[in-house]
Amino acid sequence: MSNDARIRGDEDPYVAMQTTDEFQALRRKFRGFVFPMTGFFLVWYFVYVLLSTFAPGFMGTKVVGNITIGLLFGLGQFVTTFAITFIYARWANRELDPLADAIGARLDGVKEH
Amino acid sequence: MTSFLSAGLPAEATKVGSPALNIAIFAGFVLVTLVVIVKLASGKKSAGEFYTASGGFSGRQNGIAIAGDYLSAASFLGIAGAIALQGYDGFLYSIGFLVAWLVALLLVAELMRNTGRLTMADVLSYRLKQRPVRIATATSVLAVSFFYLLAQMAGAGGLVSLLLGVEGEGAQNIVIAVVGIVMIAYVLIGGMRGTTWVQIIKAVLLIAATAIMTVWVLGKYGFNLSGLFDAAIQNNPKVGEKLLEPGVKYGVSTTTKIDFISLSLALVLGTAGLPHVLQRFYTVPTSKQARKSVEWAIWLIGGFYLLTLVVGYGAGALVGAEEINKAPGKANAAAPLLAFELGGSPFLGIVSGIAFATILAVVAGLTITASATFAHDIYKEVIKRGDTTSDNEVRVARISAVAIGIIAILGGMFAKSQNIAFLVALAFAVAASANLPTILYSLFWKRFNTRGALWSIYGGLISTIGLIIFSPVVSGKAPLPGTTVSPSMITNPDIDFSWFPLDNPGLVTIPLAFFLGWLGTVTSSEYNAQKYAEMEVRSLTGHGVAKALDH
Repeated sequence: MSNDARIRGDEDPYVAMQTTDEFQALRRKFRGFVFPMTGFFLVWYFVYVLLSTFAPGFMGTKVVGNITIGLLFGLGQFVTTFAITFIYARWANRELDPLADAIGARLDGVKEH
Repeated sequence: MTSFLSAGLPAEATKVGSPALNIAIFAGFVLVTLVVIVKLASGKKSAGEFYTASGGFSGRQNGIAIAGDYLSAASFLGIAGAIALQGYDGFLYSIGFLVAWLVALLLVAELMRNTGRLTMADVLSYRLKQRPVRIATATSVLAVSFFYLLAQMAGAGGLVSLLLGVEGEGAQNIVIAVVGIVMIAYVLIGGMRGTTWVQIIKAVLLIAATAIMTVWVLGKYGFNLSGLFDAAIQNNPKVGEKLLEPGVKYGVSTTTKIDFISLSLALVLGTAGLPHVLQRFYTVPTSKQARKSVEWAIWLIGGFYLLTLVVGYGAGALVGAEEINKAPGKANAAAPLLAFELGGSPFLGIVSGIAFATILAVVAGLTITASATFAHDIYKEVIKRGDTTSDNEVRVARISAVAIGIIAILGGMFAKSQNIAFLVALAFAVAASANLPTILYSLFWKRFNTRGALWSIYGGLISTIGLIIFSPVVSGKAPLPGTTVSPSMITNPDIDFSWFPLDNPGLVTIPLAFFLGWLGTVTSSEYNAQKYAEMEVRSLTGHGVAKALDH
């Protein structure tokens, strides 16, 4: 490999790295987590918005005292948002960062030889 | 949409509190923050220092600053007021603003940090043709920033009669000018570093004051939420039990319902496309710190909206809907009136001062972002084709900051009678339509190319502004009961050129911009495998970020 990371074409370390199993595994892992999670929170948010828009009576049903189903659904949005934040950050710190750092270090090795 | 921060204030207002005290507390905030900024300012600034504080903040600091940047006066006064008067629908509105942060957390923040350095266009033009993409991105960044700035400046004018006890055009204009001048001073002296500290100080004050109000209100009802709701229902006989269910505001007709869905879509997808929010991710050194920034921001913003729920119902219960509607600023007066009810003039003074500080911190962040975009993307990369010194670039950025400040002052004076919530919603709709599709495509879609980006950005921008012009927001709303004045921007009810039924165009323009991005891409054969590899590997590993910072 060349010691100049800026060379274009087949010698490019980024092109070489992109095709490695290591990098493809990182990419798959990242997308495999964030895409389904994004789908989940968007669907859950719009279920909530649509229920609020088209089923206000149901959302206004009282559960205990003046606490309504709608309020619980709304607070549920806060709970899921906080939970996804917590779960993602912990997962990324533990699972994603070591892989990414290892690939970054390998690229540095290529550059500084 | 009726306004959250409505203008056109009635003159027969009930006066509370002491304007002198309110002004003194606000002046104190300005003085303290200016001292902090002057102490931090270290002579000449490089472009990286001026736009991003050289990435020198920690994730936690940046997270607090993001909360300070994001929680605008519309969030604080507007949402509390909407909850006080319309109950559940105000709460519903705040949830969109929070959930939106998950898009930033999962899809945007870290990858942007890893591939960009100074502006949003760095990322979008990474593997595409530099000049056309930078021009398109800069156009849309400046448009979003302009609408957002206008909303904040107009809000400052609208708050004047409420908080400082001054009335009339002249006094409002003076306050708008003062806000603009202080903001220009923050930006010129402090750059991004100073602005960030202003946002941090403001966020801490705002969240602390809201937390105190929340505990105080809950204490009055024995920490029983149900009891608080009961009192709010008693004190709002017109709405009554409906205060606890959705629909008071958005459920009037099928059109308002679809309009709300359209607004929700723009809110949830707009946040991660707001340039001044994205700019904040460049103020930390690594993607790990960017992740931490969003984590902190979500906890703080979510916590704040939960507090607002109590403050809003608390204002409804303790002040009452009738009192709030009689005050200047109506719904916006709910939180300040609650402060007066709880702690008298001193507490009102504190809350009023913080409301102004809120506007200052937000407009300073917007101005930095807009001036960075102009100086870096338009002046350096497009006009000078990359051939200029950092000193020159910063000089242009400073001049643009002054120019943007003046435009904001004049625009705020002109727009102060406009519906402010509409301006904020417009900024979100443009961000979600013109910015977000291109950001996501360029980060995640291999095939994406220049034509796709241009079609998506210009298509999203033009369709959003175009549909707004032909919506009832601009012309043709039926006059308010008992008057001949239309709540549209054009208040003469005889002028009506609206044909698009919704106030919020996002439901049409966001899918359209995604579609145009796809169509433009598949009809063009441009593809740069090497740049794509570089961008993708860097975006996921952060490789080259530290190196880039050395420039």
